[in-house]
Parts: sequence; structure tokens; C-alpha cells
Amino acid sequence: MSSAHDAGPGREVLTSDDISRALRRIAHEILEGNRGAQDLVLLGIPTRGAHLARRLGDALRQVEDVEVPVGSLDVTMYRDDLRHQPTRAVEPTHIPPPGVDGKVVVLVDDVLYSGRTVRSALDALADLGRPRAVRLAVLVDRGHRELPVRADYVGKNLPTSHSERVMVRLAESDDGDEGVRIAAPPAQEGTP
Amino acid sequence: MKHLLSIADLSAQEIRAVLDTAVSMHEVQRRDVKKLPTLRGRTIINFFFEDSTRTRSSFEIAGKWMSADTINLTGKGTAISKGESLRDTVLTIDAMGVDMIIVRHPASGAPRQIAEWVDCSVVNAGDGTHEHPSQALLDAYTLRAALGDLAGRHVAIVGDLTHSRVLRSNLLCLRALGAQITLVAPPTLMPSGIDSWSTADGFATSYDLDAVLPTVDAVMMLRVQRERMSGGYFPTAKEYAVTYGLTARRLALLPEHAVIAHPGPMNRGLEISAEAADAARSIVLDQVSAGVAVRMSILYHLLAGEGNDQ
Repeated sequence: MSSAHDAGPGREVLTSDDISRALRRIAHEILEGNRGAQDLVLLGIPTRGAHLARRLGDALRQVEDVEVPVGSLDVTMYRDDLRHQPTRAVEPTHIPPPGVDGKVVVLVDDVLYSGRTVRSALDALADLGRPRAVRLAVLVDRGHRELPVRADYVGKNLPTSHSERVMVRLAESDDGDEGVRIAAPPAQEGTP
Repeated sequence: MKHLLSIADLSAQEIRAVLDTAVSMHEVQRRDVKKLPTLRGRTIINFFFEDSTRTRSSFEIAGKWMSADTINLTGKGTAISKGESLRDTVLTIDAMGVDMIIVRHPASGAPRQIAEWVDCSVVNAGDGTHEHPSQALLDAYTLRAALGDLAGRHVAIVGDLTHSRVLRSNLLCLRALGAQITLVAPPTLMPSGIDSWSTADGFATSYDLDAVLPTVDAVMMLRVQRERMSGGYFPTAKEYAVTYGLTARRLALLPEHAVIAHPGPMNRGLEISAEAADAARSIVLDQVSAGVAVRMSILYHLLAGEGNDQ
């Protein structure tokens, strides 16, 4: 779809079609691991994780014709780096009506990097209830963990150096542009 | 943002950012566990030299829900009653290492003066007849929740305008968000110099409430502040209620969709009738409910980010 025009810096590592295939595979893996869709709740971490969670929900519907509750979980208030950055915008948290108590919650994010966002998400989740289990699905795992965190479902393992940037663009949030690119460092580190 | 002293210090973008964050904070308010770790280890002093129910308690609740340590001080019972100056008192508090002083003071401008003395953040929780910015932000939040985007919406602000700090903050805030404003009051309660002010800031004034009501999207009734009046502003309370109160008769003049706001505390039977205060279109309790969420958002924007470290 959008891989034809080679916009932006760096090297494209996932095209729009690659992203769709990865999400379809992850949907199969989630259903396999959970033995069906019972008790599943997908919570995306805004902004791009929330879009991916919605797409994953669509993929689950296509695979098994099931309606899995999809929501979003903003972790800004739980971050440990708030005081080291300019004030961040807070995104909406939406927990689907049945809540998370006793559910199998699949957290969805675009890039897994230091693991600190996931730690924040686990804290945020604990304030909302007590899931039976929490799983983690990410589109890209770029390594360099700073905490004992790992993903259960990975779209693509992407070995990177600290100084490289991984840029995920999704049609929903990036003006229709889509794909994952990896670029050498300018000023700032990646966007975990 | 380090201080919140006046709405005039905020850009429209900053106002919108505070209101947007408040939407997320409102969601926290509906949870079973109302606690965020965001301001752990931060200390906030509520320093109130005037009485307050909702402002002080909602700032305190907002701080506690965000895990800050909050302490309440009043003018009475502090060293001020032993003759210590305001400057020495706030410097003492600042020296203890607090992160924020939330101050209400009867003297207009006191919070800005304090902000010049101390290193920590200062929030104006109402100063004299000057400003009450957190109230204006929660009023704007509630109006936005009821009406949608406020650009082009018509809001009438009615009542004791001379003594109202809520008016000044609300006027600035609603104008920044693009609302059209008409101020309605008896001539004795119109602030002096209102004509040059209204021309400069682009709002209208009127002495005729009945003529304004059919055109509004929201009407905000302000409290008649009898404690600041030495008398002579209107003949009797009864006459004020008939000419400028939101009576049951006047309710019928409002358009179908228009809402009724009042920053509280209400003088029922004076500026607002029980019928209006309890009407389905009254958003008075929504304003109180929004108070905590908006103040959480204010604390977040002032204390959470890096630029706010001392």
C-alpha cells in the first residue's frame, strides 16, 4: 500500500503489509496461547499502541469470529521519568465495561525498548483491578531492556544500537503514512 | 508553567491542555481506587486566609489522589496572628522544602507577590476581587462538557460583577476559548471603567437580563457577596432577586439547550431561585465534580514535568 513511496529518513524494516501480517500472526498466537478468546481484554498504550490494539481486535474477529473487548490504558501518570522531560500530554484511558478483574489482559504497544513503559502499565493496571494474567504484545522489540520485562507476542525482533531511532508510523495517527523505519541518530533517542 | 496566578498568564493552548488533561483525571475520579503515583514525594501547602469549602477541599483531594503530601494552614493559628509578616511566613514555609503553595488571600495581588518571594510553585486560589483562575478553568471545563467547543458560544455572566474574582478569571478564560460574553448587572454592581474594558476585550454589557437570556448558550450566575458589601448597592434583596435573579419565570426565557452555571456557594432565593438551581439544565453540581479533576490537572501541569523542578 504505502511502501511504494519511500518517505522519511532511514531504512524501512516493516511495510504496511508486513504490519498487517504480523498482527494476523499475533492474533493466531494469542488465541492459541489462551485456547480461544474467553476472558481476553486488549488494552493498547496510547497513542500507537491503542491503534494496534484496535487492529488486533479486528484481526481476532476475522480469525475466530469473536468480539474481544478493546480499550486503551494511558500510563503517563505512572511514568518514572516525568521529572526528566517536559510535561507530557495525557491520553485517554478507556477500560471496556466488564473491567479487568479475572481477565486475561493483553497489553499492546508499538515498540518495546527499556521496558519502563510496560512497568508503568503494570502499575496502572494494578490500580484498576486484578487481572488473572497479563500478556504483552508489541509490534517491534528493539532490545536494550533496563528492567526484567519480556514480550509474549512480538511482530518483529529488531536488533538496534542505542543511538538508532525506531519510527513507527500508522495510518490512524500519521496522516495515512504507514511503516516501521530505523534511522541513525540525530538529536533524540527512539520513541519507546 | 511554574505558577498559576492569573488566567492572563496562560495561552489558549495551555488552557486547552489543562482542560484536556482534566478529562483523563475525571476518569480517575470514577474509579474504585482513586490514587495515582504521579506526585509522590511532593509537598503541597494549602494556605487559606479566607474561608473556603470547595476550593480548599478539592485542592486537597486533588493533591492526595496524586500521592502528594498536602498540609492545610489558615491565617488563624499561624505565626501571622503573632505579628509575623506574610513575607516571613511564606519564606519559612518555602525554606521547609515544599513544592507548592496554594494561597487564598483577601488582598488582590498577594499570590503574585508571594511568587516573587519564594522558589516553589504558587497557585492563586482566589485573591481579593482580582482572580480565581482554577475556578475559571473548571467552569470552562464544565461548560465545554455540556456544550462542546466554546468558540462562538454565547455566555452571560450575571450578578455581583464588582466584587467577583470569578468574573475576571472567567472572562479571560472564556474569551481565550473563543466564547462571546455578555456581562449583566445593575449599574451599581458593574465594575467601574467597564466601557473601556469591554471595548478592549471585545465583550458586551447589559442592564437587562430578560433581553439577554433568549440568546445565550449558558448563563453563569455569580454570588452576591454580601460580606464584601457595605450596603447601598441595591435597595433590598427582594428587589435584586426580582430584577437580576434567575427566577422561575426567567427560566422559561432560556433557549432549550442552554445550561445554568453557578460557581457557588449559592444564595438561593437571591441571585438564583431553587427552581433554577435544581433544574435539569443546571450544571452546578457538575462544576463541583469537575473541581477535583481540573485541580488534579493543574497540579500535574505545574509539578510533574522537568521544567518545573526547582
